[in-house]
Amino acid sequence: MTGPARGQARVRAAFDAARRDDRAAFLPYLTGGWPDREAFLRHARTLLRHADLLEVGLPFSDPLGDGPTIQRSSEEALRAGVRTAHVLDQVRELRSETDTPIVIMTYANPIVCYAHGGERGFVRDLAAAGADGAILPDLPPEEAGDLIEASREHDLATVFLAAPTSTEARMRTVTEASRGFVYAVSVTGVTGMRDAASDAVPDLVRRLRATSDLPVVVGFGVGNAATASPVAAVADGVAVGSAVIRRIAEGGDLEALAAEIAGACRR
Amino acid sequence: MFPTPDVRGRFGRFGGRYVPETLIPALDELAAAFDEATADEAFQARLDETLRTFVGRPSLLTLAENLTERSGGARIWLKREDLNHTGAHKINNTVGQVLLAKRMGKTRIIAETGAGQHGVATATACARFDLPCVVYMGEEDVRRQSLNVFRMRLLGAEVRPVASGTRTLKDATNEAIRDWVTNVHDTFYVIGSVVGPDPYPRIVRDLQSVIGFETMDQLEERTGRRVPDAVVACVGGGSNAIGIFAPFAYLPEGERPRLIGVEAAGRGLDSGAHAAPVAVGKTGVLHGAFMHLLSDEDGQITPAHSVSAGLDYPGVGPEHSYLFESGRAEYVSVTDREALDAFGLLSRTEGIVPALESSHAIAYATELASTMPRDAELVVNLSGRGDKDVSEVQRLLDEEAA
Repeated sequence: MTGPARGQARVRAAFDAARRDDRAAFLPYLTGGWPDREAFLRHARTLLRHADLLEVGLPFSDPLGDGPTIQRSSEEALRAGVRTAHVLDQVRELRSETDTPIVIMTYANPIVCYAHGGERGFVRDLAAAGADGAILPDLPPEEAGDLIEASREHDLATVFLAAPTSTEARMRTVTEASRGFVYAVSVTGVTGMRDAASDAVPDLVRRLRATSDLPVVVGFGVGNAATASPVAAVADGVAVGSAVIRRIAEGGDLEALAAEIAGACRR
Repeated sequence: MFPTPDVRGRFGRFGGRYVPETLIPALDELAAAFDEATADEAFQARLDETLRTFVGRPSLLTLAENLTERSGGARIWLKREDLNHTGAHKINNTVGQVLLAKRMGKTRIIAETGAGQHGVATATACARFDLPCVVYMGEEDVRRQSLNVFRMRLLGAEVRPVASGTRTLKDATNEAIRDWVTNVHDTFYVIGSVVGPDPYPRIVRDLQSVIGFETMDQLEERTGRRVPDAVVACVGGGSNAIGIFAPFAYLPEGERPRLIGVEAAGRGLDSGAHAAPVAVGKTGVLHGAFMHLLSDEDGQITPAHSVSAGLDYPGVGPEHSYLFESGRAEYVSVTDREALDAFGLLSRTEGIVPALESSHAIAYATELASTMPRDAELVVNLSGRGDKDVSEVQRLLDEEAA
């Protein structure tokens, strides 16, 4: 490939760089268009100073994998009129400013119903906007045929989730369909901060590593240095969503939170 | 028992499993346990006995003589699910699923409810079989259906109001799924309609198909014919309709009766305030399955409306989507106004106060009967009784009179 890496290659390069620095990658999440377009871009720029990869949520009316914090931000975004096209535009704007990988996180229906060609059209427009992949918590590999095929065509990452309840066979299915990285859900549950890192993490990461050589990102329930450090010690990446959204909602210091967790990612 | 779904949980192109990965093993476990229970004679005997001695089955098949006379066409038969314990068909499903939960060693039951009928039926089964029960219900519905909230609490269930989204059934369903994802190791989720990820649509269908099988036997006894000319049922998520359709739906062409599902047209299909996803024709993913649903051009789910809370759901079970697309069943819609008229009509002509949901089926059936010959047989699934609706209907009629 000529020119700078994009798509899943850019995602892989970000994990390689973090590994060379002996740290886990930091993957903060922001709800697209929330609390408004300008504030979203401002917060994204703040996070991008510390992030190895940025997750951007495309809000959905019925986010059944999310806890109250991200639910609320999605509802507020939709109520304020955020549309799919707006989120793609915001990704395009960020892409003009940064080489950090950007991955979209959303649910099945907004892409299945995507007005410009369903899943295939969505992946095409995602690539055109400069995003590098997609994470869909309610789309297991069995139902993701079109998304996977289109993502391969555009060389985008496809990130599927593994859970503490996953059998070895499921882990194989999930990792075989994943490109870029695989997302390990640290707890049985929805997104949102917990008081302590889940005991299930080391075993989950170990089982995924035995299945594939993809980078393993751990998310759900990680929200500060205390919960991030033990995860960073074993995983290739730490995903933080609800804590970021809560910090913004409370009007707190986002830069400080990003610096704290990025610091905790160092081994 | 039926030729659908396929091994991927698909009815044609509908259905599937669009759920967080955490739940996939639980769905596998559920499917295996249900198949084992279905093949287990002792389990089936326990279920049959419960249906007979607790639910009150078989439910009657009543000839609606006055309504037939008035329509001047086909004989109209009413399958009397309104006579079941708790007043609707919902209990057929909940006793089956709660017995299955016990068999699987689950120690906690959760459910979603809209108007409260499925919540009451689940709470009832949990009281009978001694399991703790949590029912998720939208805040808006908690306010509108305070009597059913009290009934559930009386039956020992905990009712958790849901404040997210539109604060109605779809949000209660999201919250029940979130609970299940979190507590999947010991919790059984009793879904109330033929919706959700595979295997739920087939579990609920199989448990409700007792309605259709009884109808066959009873019709034969009364008329000598096992298969009527037409079957009419209302469709929200679609469990009562699937229950009466299923035994007929896979008969060969020519032997199959007309199967007609009646969606809620609300204030009219053009008003946007309705619950008729099949009529609109848009497909997508909601609550774990691919099916007809109401959503905007960005795939955001749009709120449904019906005067009947039980039909007020923005999706329809994947098997209905399949029956529609394969031409095995037809789908029509009836407005709030027409349903209210039928509510009064059946009360006056037959001495039966139907649920507002079932009133949609009555409204369409009386019209259809008048176009059919007098020797034709038409069965309507009277899915529930209207006691729960009388105060709401009174309020609406007073409002109109004012």
